[in-house]
Amino acid sequence: MKFGIVVFPGSNCDHDAYHAAKHVVGQDAEFLWHKDTDLKGADALILPGGFSYGDYLRTGAIARFSPIMREVQSFAARGGPVLGVCNGFQILLEAGLIPGAMLRNRGVKFVCAHVHIRVEQTDTPFTCAARKGQVLRIPIAHGEGNYFATPDALAKLEANRQVIFRYTTAGGDVTDEANPNGSAANIAGLCNEARNVVGLMPHPERACESTLGSADGLVILESAVHAIRGGLFSAPEKAAV
Amino acid sequence: MKVRARVFVTLKPSVFDPQGKTIADALHSLGYGGVEDVRQGKYFELDLATQEAAHARKLAAEVADKLLANPVIESYRIEVE
Repeated sequence: MKFGIVVFPGSNCDHDAYHAAKHVVGQDAEFLWHKDTDLKGADALILPGGFSYGDYLRTGAIARFSPIMREVQSFAARGGPVLGVCNGFQILLEAGLIPGAMLRNRGVKFVCAHVHIRVEQTDTPFTCAARKGQVLRIPIAHGEGNYFATPDALAKLEANRQVIFRYTTAGGDVTDEANPNGSAANIAGLCNEARNVVGLMPHPERACESTLGSADGLVILESAVHAIRGGLFSAPEKAAV
Repeated sequence: MKVRARVFVTLKPSVFDPQGKTIADALHSLGYGGVEDVRQGKYFELDLATQEAAHARKLAAEVADKLLANPVIESYRIEVE
């Protein structure tokens, strides 16, 4: 299968994502420039972390209007798997592909640390190879990861089982101490209603080799391979006009 | 002649503002106990190629809706000169 990795001006985890997809998971991978209007046959898309457009105005606010986002939206609407990591997640929120918004971390500081997240649901293209309740040790690095949604929106996310990852202790308990940024309900990652678009603040692509401190992120990319090979999630080609 | 529109974007009252809280704490430590709360926002000056205030207001609202404010967490107010 082929991963398409979208590169915005200011993306800085694009090469990490490419390395993990191509050299660790062993799949095809290709960069997609934000001005491109062609997804080059990618089976799954990754919107990587970084500081697109310098985070000017709000994180992800300007990137969501990049030309490639039209194609990303169309791919997502056709059921194609899309993963947003950190700034990529923020872009998905600004684009309205996933509900809610990010606020500055409750402690105001940029937080760069390994955290534990629990896999809440496994019926998405990025968790289908994981176990429900599995705890992953994955790094975060962000200043605006304090997830916000109104109480009504949160209730709807819970009812639809759209919370995919939560910050927990190493033992998998949801506690306030385990919440690094103040996110509502310890939310670290979410999916859309159709479950093919997933966003998370932690960086699985930085945790794919034990040499780097953890290989727990691997299961997220391997899930995509599993999903595509098994035909669980795919985007049919656009109908000829 | 151009019309200038001023757009004030603020966090909705229900949204926690960690930056505003930090600024309030700093003011308290400087002895300004009378500053009870601080909410931080954003301010934009838009120079618009129109002479009609009504048109300017409409245009400013359109760009605020589309880009300047995130309706999930923010609201805005417009003033036209």
